Amino acid sequence: MKLTDISNDINDWFSGSGPLADIVVSSRIRLARNLAGHKFLHSCSIEEKSKILEQLKAVLMSLDLGDEVFYFSVDQAPALSRSFLVERHLISRHHAMAKGPRGVVIARREFFTAMINEEDHLRLQVLMPGCQLSACVEQIDRIDNDVEKHVDYAFNPRFGYLTACPTNLGTGIRVSVMLHMPALKMTGQIEKFLAAAKDMNLAVRGLFGEGSEATSDLYQISNQVTLGVSERSIVSNFESSIIPEMVEYEKIARRQLLAKQVDILDDKIARATALLQNANLISSQEALSLLSHLRLGLNMREHMQASTPAIDRLCALKNQNAGADPDRGLSIRTINRLFMLTLPAHLQLNYGKSLDAAHRDALRAKIIRQALHQPT
Amino acid sequence: MQCQVCNKRTATIHLTEITDGVRHEMHICEQCAAEQGIAAQSQMSINDLLSNLLASQPSDDELLGGGDEVSACPNCGFTLDRLQKEGTLGCPHDYEVFQHSLLPLIQHAHNGSTTHCGKVPSKVPHDTKKLVELSSLRQELERAIREEDYERAAELRDRMKQQE
Repeated sequence: MKLTDISNDINDWFSGSGPLADIVVSSRIRLARNLAGHKFLHSCSIEEKSKILEQLKAVLMSLDLGDEVFYFSVDQAPALSRSFLVERHLISRHHAMAKGPRGVVIARREFFTAMINEEDHLRLQVLMPGCQLSACVEQIDRIDNDVEKHVDYAFNPRFGYLTACPTNLGTGIRVSVMLHMPALKMTGQIEKFLAAAKDMNLAVRGLFGEGSEATSDLYQISNQVTLGVSERSIVSNFESSIIPEMVEYEKIARRQLLAKQVDILDDKIARATALLQNANLISSQEALSLLSHLRLGLNMREHMQASTPAIDRLCALKNQNAGADPDRGLSIRTINRLFMLTLPAHLQLNYGKSLDAAHRDALRAKIIRQALHQPT
Repeated sequence: MQCQVCNKRTATIHLTEITDGVRHEMHICEQCAAEQGIAAQSQMSINDLLSNLLASQPSDDELLGGGDEVSACPNCGFTLDRLQKEGTLGCPHDYEVFQHSLLPLIQHAHNGSTTHCGKVPSKVPHDTKKLVELSSLRQELERAIREEDYERAAELRDRMKQQE
């Protein structure tokens, strides 16, 4: 399989479906594992890294995941392909930039990836759309058990699964959810959410790491404690306490926008729609920010029956990508598709060659204009 | 709240007993509790319960067999000063070799915890698995008591009894 086979569409975890999808964009669980009898990656020779890579690659490729699985050699891939994998959350930025023999095993539908020789020998990851942490933990547990049939993990009765960095020790689990919080920002209350996350001992990052949350309004929150709490307890705490509280913050802010600041809401959505429909040049940052407002407008109509002149105009737009059903309105899936397909590496991979920033801005604006253009 | 026995003094002891899934609550003052010998017979304070639990935690020796104070790991040659520079350890043995030095760091990173709770690889020997499972139950019980979730605490206590 080639990367261009998947680069023309969004992946399942970003499809805008699943429980609580108007706020919880996706759920992700990652497990850090190391093989017994080997040094941690940072201290390994190239030969040892290659040996680990070959062993884990063979095991992972033999698993029955109910989907086509392919292997991608990260150290031999061009920079553009590595950036593409980062944009789709299939590998970490660290894995893309690291050195030495390393790779990734990816399920065709992208719900599962396994990074080999990242910071740990193995990082398993399961991603699903909406709020689906229980399903994620069930799936990753099954895959982890299957891998363990073929290898010996580094484990110690007191410290649990041994990881290269002591901060991942114990369960080695990192549970995260991606939240779309535009109303909190519009109402100037994002600090409230960040303070609550800090109190709950959670790490907060943007869609693409530190700093990117300011433009896309997408926040990734994850547990920091991995030792002394079971996998099930961490997941259950997210599902019963953390997620409902965070979702409620954003819901209150959305209701507040409708009740007291409807002019601001309407103006933001009207400007975003007009700019995206007419701009000739648009940067990635600007596109993320404006598309976030469109997503808010569509979700508020669907879940709160919100009606403002700008939301009404937005909802009257026909979906240019609806295929057999051209009369269908603009969907969250279309917005997310534009969001992902206009990211720098996606643009260039789909265009077939590398483009400088100015050309990317023009191509991005053109793709978005076409998608939001209304035939008369 | 008034004492359910003398109906005069303020109830300062709140007892919750769960037997065969049925919950009984009792609110009494300290004097009546002492007179009836309730506190001594069937209940203990949360502090006592926690200290008993902590005292029954498996020692390092039971779990790991103790760690030697050496400057470099005999398996990989890793020295602790590299942890500050590189952010990672050299090999899985470093957790035993540098256990004493690493404990404060581990405790700090994991909200005070230094003992694993959760999944155990299926290949781990049965006795080790049982030890980790007991330790997990004990930690869950501590949490349930802290959160005053007595139904859950009772359920965990019964599960621990079955395991022992």
